[in-house]
Amino acid sequence: MTIATTDAAERLGLSLRSSLAVHLAEHGHLPASRGRHGSVAGSLVDEVERSGLRGRGGGWFPTAVKLRAVVESSAARGRLSTTRRPVVIGNGMEGEPASGKDAMLLAASPHLVLDGISAAAHAIGATEAYLAVHRGSHLVPGLLAALAERAEATVDEIPIRLVTPPARYVASEESALAHWVGEGLATPVHDRRPFQSGAGGRPTLVQNVETLAHLALIARNGGPWFAGVGSPAAPGTTMVSVGGAVAAPGVVEVPTGTSVASILDRCGGPTADVTGFLTGGYGGAWVPTAGFAATPWDPDSVRAAGGVIGASVLWAVGPDTCPLHEMARVAAWMAGETAGQCGPCAFGLPSVRDDVHLLAVRRAGAGDADRLRARLGLISNRGGCKHPDGTARFLATGLAAFPDEVAAHLAGRCSFGSTRPGSPSSLPVPEARLASTDVNGRDFA
Amino acid sequence: MTARPATQILVLNPTTCDGRGLCAEAAPGLVDLDEWGFPLLTGGGLRADIPGERLAEARDAVHACPALALHLESAARHRR
Repeated sequence: MTIATTDAAERLGLSLRSSLAVHLAEHGHLPASRGRHGSVAGSLVDEVERSGLRGRGGGWFPTAVKLRAVVESSAARGRLSTTRRPVVIGNGMEGEPASGKDAMLLAASPHLVLDGISAAAHAIGATEAYLAVHRGSHLVPGLLAALAERAEATVDEIPIRLVTPPARYVASEESALAHWVGEGLATPVHDRRPFQSGAGGRPTLVQNVETLAHLALIARNGGPWFAGVGSPAAPGTTMVSVGGAVAAPGVVEVPTGTSVASILDRCGGPTADVTGFLTGGYGGAWVPTAGFAATPWDPDSVRAAGGVIGASVLWAVGPDTCPLHEMARVAAWMAGETAGQCGPCAFGLPSVRDDVHLLAVRRAGAGDADRLRARLGLISNRGGCKHPDGTARFLATGLAAFPDEVAAHLAGRCSFGSTRPGSPSSLPVPEARLASTDVNGRDFA
Repeated sequence: MTARPATQILVLNPTTCDGRGLCAEAAPGLVDLDEWGFPLLTGGGLRADIPGERLAEARDAVHACPALALHLESAARHRR
């Protein structure tokens, strides 16, 4: 296991808000462009491959593979094709309510992210580049100011445009984002991936903003530098959104492979006896407490421990909070976040929401619990995107992680004295939507 | 992945499907309906291998769908 010093662990400059001048003083300019199709551009993809960088948006997909897929998809089109040139979209949507890392990065180091978009656009020969954040986001003024600084200093080969799709959970999904940029509708697209045919039918690279910030550093410092810290199979540093029963909840940057216990310590340590952890976010997985603190925070290790690193959310549930109530609150919100495109999601999520609600309020019998488990099996692998699968995993792993509490609720008891809204380790749930489904996607325009 | 003889795969596009249920009437056993009236293919996913002797039924299901949400694909084609 790689042990990194504190200095090596903090690369993304999260402690201050960087103007372009501060940013350039700290990092210098990106290595000079030498023509769009020159060897330098190709060499960045090679450098990213050497770095082992994997996407930080949740999928942890190898970034170099994605870059190459877009390049190949573009090259496969005729030279006169109007949809040949790729599009780059920086994904700062951060739809996971328990995640705060992307907002923190965009507030503190916007130029690192924008450098990453610029470098990626150059590497794949893109002619359009976007940065997407939620409509109404508090980040918009700062990002517009950052873009204005860059326009003034002409640091970008092609202009980067800030776009603000609707703040819907599934709008963060990469095909939904490409759909919105191309056609103004932020619903997931099932039958083609963005690298094949994304925004406006062009090959489209969608990358999480943290991934792009790492890419900007790789462009300057090289792949081996990046891989110098962290777990070999998913190297580098990663931001973690830590919440719940810890003294100082917030976002930390650590080398991948840092133990869960060390991450919690960085946040002041647990404030109470933790009863369980939610990993990855609301499409992630619950894990029981026992033994999890020793788990290295990287995709493979977290998965082996029964969790999902996902968007790098780590939430500690304390003894003031009933996990079944948390599951019911989140399920209600996730059901309202369906795009309404697929039956198993549009109808299945409200059904499991109702089942888990009955369980949380101690009105469920054994038959209801069985029906919930059966329905969770039924709604996975059948949607146009992974929204129903994520919700099913969130609920199924929760039932498995807290078997004693499920039994108590079925017997009419709650070990936590029922719910306490607003308790310190209660999960954040945005205001629920009244219109749970909108098959015409009006809510997504 | 084990090698298998060329076969046909029944593919469902869930965003196109409206849950009319005609596929299940055309090919009972190959396509069942869930409690909400949406098609369940063998194996539970969005793609199902169709044995040669049931190919005609699968074709009936494809042609019965008013939303054009089903199609047949040769297994030789690349899988996403």
